[in-house]
Amino acid sequence: MLSQSVKLIEPSQRLIKFKNCRILRDHRIFREDLWVRNGKIINPERVFFDEKRQAHLQIDCHNAIISPGFIDLQINGGYGVDFSFDVNTVESGVAKVSKGLLAHGVTSFCPTLVTSPIETYHQVLPKIKRKAGGKHGATILGVHVEGPFISIEKKGAHPENCIRTFENGFETFENVYGDIENISIVTLAPEKPRVPEVITELARRGIVVSVGHSMADLMHGETAVKHGATLITHLFNAMMPFHHRDPGLVGLLASNEIPEGKTVYFGIITDGIHTHNAALRIAYRTHPSGLIIVTDAISAMGLEEGTHRIGQYTIEVRDHKAFIAGTNTLCGSIAPMDECVRIFKAATNCPLEFALEAASLHPAKCLEISDRKGTLNYGADADFILMDDNLVIHSTWIAGECVFESESHALPPVVSQWFEDDD
Amino acid sequence: MRLVILQNSATVGEWSAKYVMKRINDFKPRPEKYFVLGLPTGSTPLAMYKKLIEYHKAGRISFKYVKTFNMDEYVGLPRDHPESYHYYMWNEFFKHIDIDPENVHILDGNASDLVAECTNFEAKIKEAGGVELFIGGIGPDGHIAFNEPGSSLTSRTRVKTLAQDTLEANARFFNNDITKVLTSALTVGVGTVMDAKEVMILITGAHKSFALYKAIEEGVNHMWTVSAFQLHPATLFICDEDATLELRVKTVKYFKALSAVHSKMIEQ
Repeated sequence: MLSQSVKLIEPSQRLIKFKNCRILRDHRIFREDLWVRNGKIINPERVFFDEKRQAHLQIDCHNAIISPGFIDLQINGGYGVDFSFDVNTVESGVAKVSKGLLAHGVTSFCPTLVTSPIETYHQVLPKIKRKAGGKHGATILGVHVEGPFISIEKKGAHPENCIRTFENGFETFENVYGDIENISIVTLAPEKPRVPEVITELARRGIVVSVGHSMADLMHGETAVKHGATLITHLFNAMMPFHHRDPGLVGLLASNEIPEGKTVYFGIITDGIHTHNAALRIAYRTHPSGLIIVTDAISAMGLEEGTHRIGQYTIEVRDHKAFIAGTNTLCGSIAPMDECVRIFKAATNCPLEFALEAASLHPAKCLEISDRKGTLNYGADADFILMDDNLVIHSTWIAGECVFESESHALPPVVSQWFEDDD
Repeated sequence: MRLVILQNSATVGEWSAKYVMKRINDFKPRPEKYFVLGLPTGSTPLAMYKKLIEYHKAGRISFKYVKTFNMDEYVGLPRDHPESYHYYMWNEFFKHIDIDPENVHILDGNASDLVAECTNFEAKIKEAGGVELFIGGIGPDGHIAFNEPGSSLTSRTRVKTLAQDTLEANARFFNNDITKVLTSALTVGVGTVMDAKEVMILITGAHKSFALYKAIEEGVNHMWTVSAFQLHPATLFICDEDATLELRVKTVKYFKALSAVHSKMIEQ
């Protein structure tokens, strides 16, 4: 009889009520039921008074916290996949990572390509399409192209021979990347020639411009922001260190030249290694509303301890860190998003609400998609995480569907109940 | 009439919740026999709703076969405004319990035809078989629902212009701006409540003690509309100590002496 009643209701019309939970909404965590229908979060008051319906399914969350799903704006790969290197298998590589991210509460992300040869962009970019998430993996929000229009002096691990300048302004931009349809974020060095005009054009097209891998001083940064840049790439890393007479891009956090009403966002790697805890606290206390937690994870994320051959490198994973094999040279971050959120919270002693929003609401606002992602507001996509008070993930949901359930931290069996519709 | 005198507003809430639970459970509501409940809003009944939610969550009471009729609602206030009674009932009670929304009735102050809305409301009460237990609170001027002083004691559900006192009391909910306070409401009439099989009125706080005195120690008078219930065969006043301040010692002592009888009324 139970299964029969389920069949009677069109799946898209099923009303699901998550109860016995605390939800994060409007910067507060409070006790409230969460109602979902057709992949969206809905207002139960309207269902009650206008439609006069009850939930078809009630899910007891056993006092879990429900947070909007995490959004990672900068991730280079994971599970042995490097988006920039594994160019011939990019589609399956992206699929593998997007599936793996579900276990870490990531419901949307921007696959990130480091500085690459033109052929790589032309080959790979058309294949990484924006794609709705589900059981197959997290939503792809578009590609973050980190380079090649960056500074040679601050290239980090990017190949120097591929670094470029905008000889012909926006035309160069189009020629280098080829298909720019799938690009959501561009990291560039703002001190390079003709950057302001390129930023203006990118902003007009709705592509987020992030400044980074750069020798820029503060004025370059402010000029970029005035032309439409809205993000800083992995703050403190690959930029001029803060100097009190020449604050560099870090100075954007406290600039008084930012246009009224505009927020400069900044990605910050909170794996506990790439940014010192004191630096995390400085960023958090200086400009909390712009803070976005990013993993900047590399292909070794999600791999077991030991030596792995990835692309042209041999990488050794030990003590939750990735080294170039046989050395003590760190080769990138491998902390998954949920761990980055926990580390950030512990390092800054910030409210739980803030840590969660820094990995959900803030990146959504930066991409200007906070009407549907990064919140639990009515009308938003039902992408969320059930977790305990220590931020350990019980389950991940996309469009109202459970896409991951932890075996080690599972909630008691979900007590749910289908009600037949009267209609 | 019964007058149950309890210590404070919390104990009034607990007592009245227990009484509602007992009445519903004793009634044994089922698909062919719904329990019909009249409900108030305001600060006084909050403690009662909280307790009822607690009892529901503990599995001691279900509202599956309960129909509810609310006393009143402002005219022209958006339903999701924090001062609307829809908002109140949803957030303070309905969203926490298992009531079927089909069985909930609150006057729609945004209806295009307000007179028809009131007529329909009366018809629905009749169709439901009348109200088994009507719960109410009162204002400091002795009004029940929005039956302001001077309302007919035989009045039915209707549009009502609010008294200046009520507007001033409500101004605090509208940024203390009296011009923003709504000036009319839909309300059940005194006669509508009088038709209920039983009426339970909750009164707490010293500021309502004069109204309680007028309600039970003076004559029936349309300037204190709650006094009409002196003529009702089964009225229950539940009050706290503070609300008895204007009563005669004799009255208070008499009803306090009945406390053993009152305790029996809520025994499970």
